[in-house]
Amino acid sequence: MQDVSIGQELPPLVKHPTTRQLAMYAGASGDFYEIHYDKDFAAAQGLSDVILHGALKSAFLSQLLTDWAGPEALRSLSVRYRDMDVPGDMLTCKGVVVAKDDTAGTVRCEIWVENGAGVKTTTGESVVALGS
Amino acid sequence: MPDSLITAAMLAVVGQAGESRTATVERGAIQRFAEAIGDGNPAYPDLAPPTFLRSVGVAIPTLPDGDSIPRVLDGGSEWAFGTPVRPGDEITFSTILQDLTERDGRLGAMVIATYLTTFVNQDGIRAATQRNTVIRMAATE
Repeated sequence: MQDVSIGQELPPLVKHPTTRQLAMYAGASGDFYEIHYDKDFAAAQGLSDVILHGALKSAFLSQLLTDWAGPEALRSLSVRYRDMDVPGDMLTCKGVVVAKDDTAGTVRCEIWVENGAGVKTTTGESVVALGS
Repeated sequence: MPDSLITAAMLAVVGQAGESRTATVERGAIQRFAEAIGDGNPAYPDLAPPTFLRSVGVAIPTLPDGDSIPRVLDGGSEWAFGTPVRPGDEITFSTILQDLTERDGRLGAMVIATYLTTFVNQDGIRAATQRNTVIRMAATE
């Protein structure tokens, strides 16, 4: 906790989502909305490709935080899906510490997903507990 | 003037809690979830990843007249985490439609539905709550 300072950046997490991963996530999560694996269905919705489940991007961001602070560290995770992401792109999850609560032993982090073009397609924040 | 996308039947279910359901957390389900998200943390599957709980089942109440706004996008999610989730846990969950609002967005007229799901374990301890924002729109022309 003492070692963590406001402005500190979290080690980035790079993901290379594929259509295979979207199919796996559909099965594992039970979210079988066709927009995530049926390109014809996606085209009928006006999309050029299938899109990532928003919840998969939430899972990526939770991994960014648990890789840094441990698998039981998350107290809250708030995520907004601002833009769609497609398989084949490279996504980089990033975060920065924006506040510290020494009494509670927690820090608040701003977190986001950047696509290959550097656009923040998903943004959010999280409160994370840090060990002593 | 265009009609509202939100019908009286939709408004009638705002604030209503859906059916409560209970499901067992299976070790294999955690394993498949961790593999699907590409997270090789050695704590899994003896522990569930933070956002795993949505996978235990869905208890989202059906939106009346939902066929009139069939295009669905996930707008975002707010999790508050409680006690850790492990294989064998019996999770009881229910979802309430908290709010329905209409607005003109980048993609046109849309209905924003806000759902709150509460997950409680076999000891009556809260494992998590998730507030989920769902965007619904009319079919494309």
